[in-house]
Amino acid sequence: MKDVNIIPLFVIIPLLTAFLIALLGKTIKNFSEKIIVASSSLLLAFSLYSQILLRHTPLKTLVYNVGGWLPPFGISMVLDGLSSFMLIVVNLIAFFVAVYSLSYMEKYTDKPKFFTLFALMVSGLNGVIVTGDIFNLFVFLEIASIASYALVAFGTQAEELEASFKYTIMGTVASSFIFLGIVFLYGFASTLNMAHMASVLNSKLSIWLLPFVSVLFLAGFSLKAAMVPFHGWLPDAHSSAPASISAMLSGVLIKTLGIYAMMRIFFNVLGITQAQLSILMFLGSLSIITGAILAFSQWDFKRLLAYSTISQVGYIVLGLGLGTPLGIFGALFHLFNHSVFKSLLFLNSGAVDYAASTRDLRETGGLNKVMPVTTKTNFIASMSISGIPPFSGFFSKLIIIFACIQKGHIGYGLCAVIGSILTLIYFMKLQKFVFLGELKDKFKQIAEVPYLMRFSMICLAAICILAGFLLLPALRPFLDRASDVLLGGTNYAAAVMGAALR
Amino acid sequence: MSLYILCMILFCIGIYGVLRKRNLVKIIIGLAIMGYSINLFLVLLGYRFHGRAAIEAETQDILSMVDPLPQAMALTSIVISLGILALVISIAIRIYEKYGTFDITKIKRLKG
Repeated sequence: MKDVNIIPLFVIIPLLTAFLIALLGKTIKNFSEKIIVASSSLLLAFSLYSQILLRHTPLKTLVYNVGGWLPPFGISMVLDGLSSFMLIVVNLIAFFVAVYSLSYMEKYTDKPKFFTLFALMVSGLNGVIVTGDIFNLFVFLEIASIASYALVAFGTQAEELEASFKYTIMGTVASSFIFLGIVFLYGFASTLNMAHMASVLNSKLSIWLLPFVSVLFLAGFSLKAAMVPFHGWLPDAHSSAPASISAMLSGVLIKTLGIYAMMRIFFNVLGITQAQLSILMFLGSLSIITGAILAFSQWDFKRLLAYSTISQVGYIVLGLGLGTPLGIFGALFHLFNHSVFKSLLFLNSGAVDYAASTRDLRETGGLNKVMPVTTKTNFIASMSISGIPPFSGFFSKLIIIFACIQKGHIGYGLCAVIGSILTLIYFMKLQKFVFLGELKDKFKQIAEVPYLMRFSMICLAAICILAGFLLLPALRPFLDRASDVLLGGTNYAAAVMGAALR
Repeated sequence: MSLYILCMILFCIGIYGVLRKRNLVKIIIGLAIMGYSINLFLVLLGYRFHGRAAIEAETQDILSMVDPLPQAMALTSIVISLGILALVISIAIRIYEKYGTFDITKIKRLKG
């Protein structure tokens, strides 16, 4: 098999899985469970293999031309350092969430439908990551979004429907802004291929188009990534969805649809300017502080985690907005860490909900006596997200704060430090009210969750502890290759064109 | 040029509907109008005066053709918005079953 033929498989495998489950899931017993685990482990293996492929590729870029049409005429799929990094993040979390859902989704009625939508969402996410065509990016973004709108409403209780409606409206408005931006870019550059578009925009100057399109994209992707003025839908959607879906939404969906797509378009296609970087920094630090303060007063386990997501995504955006090599490196490292520990925390909330049937912090307490695995993994994730050494979150936050100080933005660095302290405080509150203290009588009988759920939580906790080793020189290329793509800016065009014609 | 401005006004009407209306169905209509205005804008971008469809014919010389790519994109976008509208209308019907109203000021069990 030629190397580049691996790229379309990231979209084909989950699409095929969704199709097969929809077709045969009802008739063959346990079919959906088997095939979803098989396909997500296959995807994880392929995404790890893509790292090895990139190491042996001279330009660090692989391009697959769909149907054999060379760019700029055909659709191209691009695998470079950043795509490979994001593929690993998405498929790692998707694999563990799929394994977790096998047990967790027992309490919902229709497992095959759930896994169909889940596989569709994964295919949309992978499609957004590997595509090199800006209209294709919009289509995959909509596939992932529609699947997630339906998954938020999966329980069809009143609250879930309300959250899903809100999420759908906001998500669709965001998509409309993004699509309008794409239409304007097409009207100006007369091309849809992102690499070709970057080179056209470089040579054909315009004073009004780029700022206008940037505002449209910024509004659209900020809505998708739930940065603070645009965050209204996130706490409802993430706290009402089934826990495994909250883990996917918080862990990878808002990062892929919001942050990855924004990075790709702003850094690689439009070519980022200082004004845009300043806006990103401001939005990032606003999100850090506002998210942390709002998380503080929550009494619902998942709602607290949802506000915490807003705050942590702020760190990633702040790091990106710095625009320095250290800042971008820290942002990508925090993206990886956050997707691991936030999905672990949501899986923990699902475990508490599964065993104790409540998410209200005022009702729970003392669960460490009956649920030891959940307690320990939750402790690791909480310490990691609050930035306690030697857990992974410490290193990424430290790098972002260093980058702020190195660039001379002491105020933003201070915001990051305060946000981290607030994070520690509200996770202490979580620990105290859920796991420590008196065990209430009605919870004496509950047992630890089934072994598949424990397996996912333990593996993610192990990654939380070990992720600090990604900074070692032997493993650093994993992050370095991703940040090189962003630092290269519009050199993306030359790299993709060179790789496509080879 | 005035056609493009009219498209943008249509887009703004859609946003107004989403932002200001209290009824779930009217919000959905606002969303639909936003989608239509973008599709219209896209097709207008590809239009050329006295242009014809981009199909080669042996007997005649083609002087100006419309751009076929926006038409394909508009079709894709129409299908996507059809999917979203079907989903969001079915959610609205389920909400009506649970809450007994379409008024968003009365649908507020989630807060905090």
